[in-house]
Amino acid sequence: MSSFEVPSQITIHHEPAPNTKRIWRAFWILSVVTLGELALGLSIYNIHKGPNPSEMMVLFFKGVICILTLAKGYYIAWVFMHMGDESKLFRRSIVVPLLLFIWFIIAFLHDGNAYREARDSNAGEFKVIKNDVPAAVLERGQKD
Amino acid sequence: MASGSLPAGIKWWSGGKSPYNVNYGKIMMWYFLVSDSFTFGAFLISYGSTRLGSDYWPDPNHVFNSFPFMGHANLPLAFVSLMTFILIFSSVTMVLAVHEGHKMNRKGVEKYMIMTIIGGLAFLSCQAWEWTHLLTGSHSVLVDGKVEHWATTITKNPFGPMVEHAGQLVATPGPQLFGGFFFFITGFHGFHVFSGLIINIIMYIKTRLGHFDQRGHYEMVEKAGLYWHFVDLVWVFVFLAFYLI
Repeated sequence: MSSFEVPSQITIHHEPAPNTKRIWRAFWILSVVTLGELALGLSIYNIHKGPNPSEMMVLFFKGVICILTLAKGYYIAWVFMHMGDESKLFRRSIVVPLLLFIWFIIAFLHDGNAYREARDSNAGEFKVIKNDVPAAVLERGQKD
Repeated sequence: MASGSLPAGIKWWSGGKSPYNVNYGKIMMWYFLVSDSFTFGAFLISYGSTRLGSDYWPDPNHVFNSFPFMGHANLPLAFVSLMTFILIFSSVTMVLAVHEGHKMNRKGVEKYMIMTIIGGLAFLSCQAWEWTHLLTGSHSVLVDGKVEHWATTITKNPFGPMVEHAGQLVATPGPQLFGGFFFFITGFHGFHVFSGLIINIIMYIKTRLGHFDQRGHYEMVEKAGLYWHFVDLVWVFVFLAFYLI
């Protein structure tokens, strides 16, 4: 292959990073956060196994895990994918469309939940007969 | 962390230069990744919607509790954590390869690309083991008053609610969509890992042949790296949705 010049669209070049300190720091943060998530996941497992599983406690732990996962996503995108080094305008052109996820998640999770409630209460149009699992068994199963 | 701010006084939108100060190929890779994240997001959100719409959903700690060579030991989350660490570490070696590329150090790029390729192979092997374990496993399930032995497939789910049968607790069939969502989404992610692996192997060969040294920059490695990090990023969310919560 012959050598060729790419017409540079870059006006201002970044100096190469002097060392890999930032990369390793991100790696340790990601590892520690993952271990924290595991600890919370195992706590949820033990709460479920216990005599009186507290739904509120489980929901709280799951919320904390979701926030930790978003933090991991931030470090991967900003340090590993060098998003933090790009210009502000370019960053916004990536991040702003992703904000649609906020509505996307709220709307569809609410929809699933509303469907279950409507079906279980036999309200409205849904006249579905519940499957033949005894009610006592249903209560013992984990609903989420 | 670098601020990413650019000096003032340059007319960015007057033409002749990228207003984002990024090369065309890299911009397009980022926009492809944005669209791909919506694809994955749609799959994961439909999984969440179905799960919230079901009266019963199996506990992931109960389904994914095995580890290779550990027999029937109950080890929830252990194997999938190993897979997570493999992928995070291969992401680190990838970003180190990009770093060596900035310094035009071919030997360094080769070393870290090989490590990244090994990480990707290790992840895919883990996933193959996990799928085999689920598809060949045998669980007692009460179907129409008779006990049958089921594996976890896209149509069968042996992890339903427990009922009393002949004096002992037996599982009933669980929600059918469980296997479908699990195999489809982890399979779609595994396909991304596989294609990323092929891209990384091509990048390794091109590095060895000296193509990037001739070209004067290692931007292709950077673009392959963006794709590889995205695969890691998606796994973080698959890990959250299927195993942790």
